[in-house]
Amino acid sequence: MELFVLVTPRTVPDAIKSQARSNTAQNGADVRFIAGGTNLVDYMRLNVERPKQLIDINGLPLDKIEATEGAGLKIGALARNADVAQNPIVKEQYAVLSQALLAGASPQLRNMATTAGNLLQKTRCVYYRDTAAGCNKREPGSGCSAIGGYNRMLAILGTSEHCIATNPSDQNVALMALDAVVHIEGVNGQRAVPIAEFYVVPGSTPQRETILEPGDLITHVTLAKLPAGTKSTYLKLRDRSSYEFALASAAIVIKHAANRIDFIRVAMGGVGTKPWRSLEAEKALAGKAPTAENFHAAAEAALRGAKSQSQNGFKIELAKRCLVHAMIQASQTA
Amino acid sequence: MTIDEETKREPASSLGKLSRRSFLSHVGAAGMATAAAVVAPLAPSEATAEGQKSPVDALQAPPGTMPVTLRVNGETHTVQIDPRATLLDTLRETLHLTGTKKGCDHGQCGACTVHLNGRRVNSCLALAGMQQNAEITTIEGLGTPDHLHPMQEAFVEHDGYQCGYCTSGQIMSATAMVKEFWGKTDADVKEAMSGNICRCGAYPNIVAAVQAVRRMA
Repeated sequence: MELFVLVTPRTVPDAIKSQARSNTAQNGADVRFIAGGTNLVDYMRLNVERPKQLIDINGLPLDKIEATEGAGLKIGALARNADVAQNPIVKEQYAVLSQALLAGASPQLRNMATTAGNLLQKTRCVYYRDTAAGCNKREPGSGCSAIGGYNRMLAILGTSEHCIATNPSDQNVALMALDAVVHIEGVNGQRAVPIAEFYVVPGSTPQRETILEPGDLITHVTLAKLPAGTKSTYLKLRDRSSYEFALASAAIVIKHAANRIDFIRVAMGGVGTKPWRSLEAEKALAGKAPTAENFHAAAEAALRGAKSQSQNGFKIELAKRCLVHAMIQASQTA
Repeated sequence: MTIDEETKREPASSLGKLSRRSFLSHVGAAGMATAAAVVAPLAPSEATAEGQKSPVDALQAPPGTMPVTLRVNGETHTVQIDPRATLLDTLRETLHLTGTKKGCDHGQCGACTVHLNGRRVNSCLALAGMQQNAEITTIEGLGTPDHLHPMQEAFVEHDGYQCGYCTSGQIMSATAMVKEFWGKTDADVKEAMSGNICRCGAYPNIVAAVQAVRRMA
């Protein structure tokens, strides 16, 4: 780990001012906000992250979880994953989020990790973690060792010839299916960004993962009220049943009558370079009957653009089955 | 002075009063090889050559270090630390509370589990400089050899360990877990304790110990 200066701002504007001096808000940032630290400290120890300054934002008043005026929910950037997962409103109205959080990491890590930190969780690609390997995300232009290398865990959707790293978060898959809005305060004031526009695919610049710029501080996330009678579920498939990253996961938000789906949102984890919303699957299901046949057709549509690597071809079929299973589960939930 | 005698003392600063042990640990923790130029001022050459013979004046804070006040097991300690120091390394190497163990140092094994404000966390991923206002509890604050915590007693009773290296982390995790939202079954305990790895595989006995304490409550 390289030496850094730790600063503790008293206010949000102070924090923003400090981070605005950073060379970037993406990979390679020399000034970093730190909250739970579960991801950043690990990557600093591996010398993947080498910030010269850390801004400890834990003292800022951004940890509340509260109902909004429009009967939605506002989740503070510093709300801990464990607290969000156990929040009564989350459990009752946004079950998919509670389930996704509880499917991620360990109880110790969930006590530390925050909502905004999880939004920015880094890939677990072994070549990203290994400074001796080529990785365009960590070191632009150094090549991608994962293509043709050990890529069993890596992405099949949203990849490019420069990067196939998977976004590892569970939380963010649920937030995609809930169409969350990410609220950011920066040097030019506040803005609200739909989560679908928050992440970017790697393309030729895999070091860039989000739309964040220097000085941008995520202050909170909001969830809109779902139509009455909406049900949701998160299903995660992995190599062992606990404390492991997803091979494929699915977040389903659905409202349906006996023979008609009125409202459907579909997102996938473990398979995309970003948390993956499937508008194709949603289009295939809108207005249709909630039958296994239609769910299969939607899963086919969701994976139509998938591109496998040397070791992760199994994920295409696995992701389809994961989707179908989750859709059946969600539609049959009481 | 032997190293044992030396380590029993409460140092004003891990960096100001370098023992061979604390010096080597800090160098290891700080990643000397990759940041030699930056770290060099923290490691006076006399101290490297002569062990603890030439302590730096504790009042002269080495460049780049920061003061931190930590409240551990009800006691307050003010020490000068390298900002890179984790809570785990500071507990073990600066405060000499070696009951908390270092396993993977990546938040994957749970051996370093302590309580921060009553909640279990991985101390290897917590920077000590960020814990100024926290109430920290380690295994040393849980019970004493004469008065074991019920969870410690249960681990002894049910033989919840073999080599014992993961045990303090298991017990810290278990004592926090019994206050969290979990179901009653053994499967619930396994899920709740999944952040603590036991290389010896004492899991069935660990589950039995945790369940015994939960039944008492």
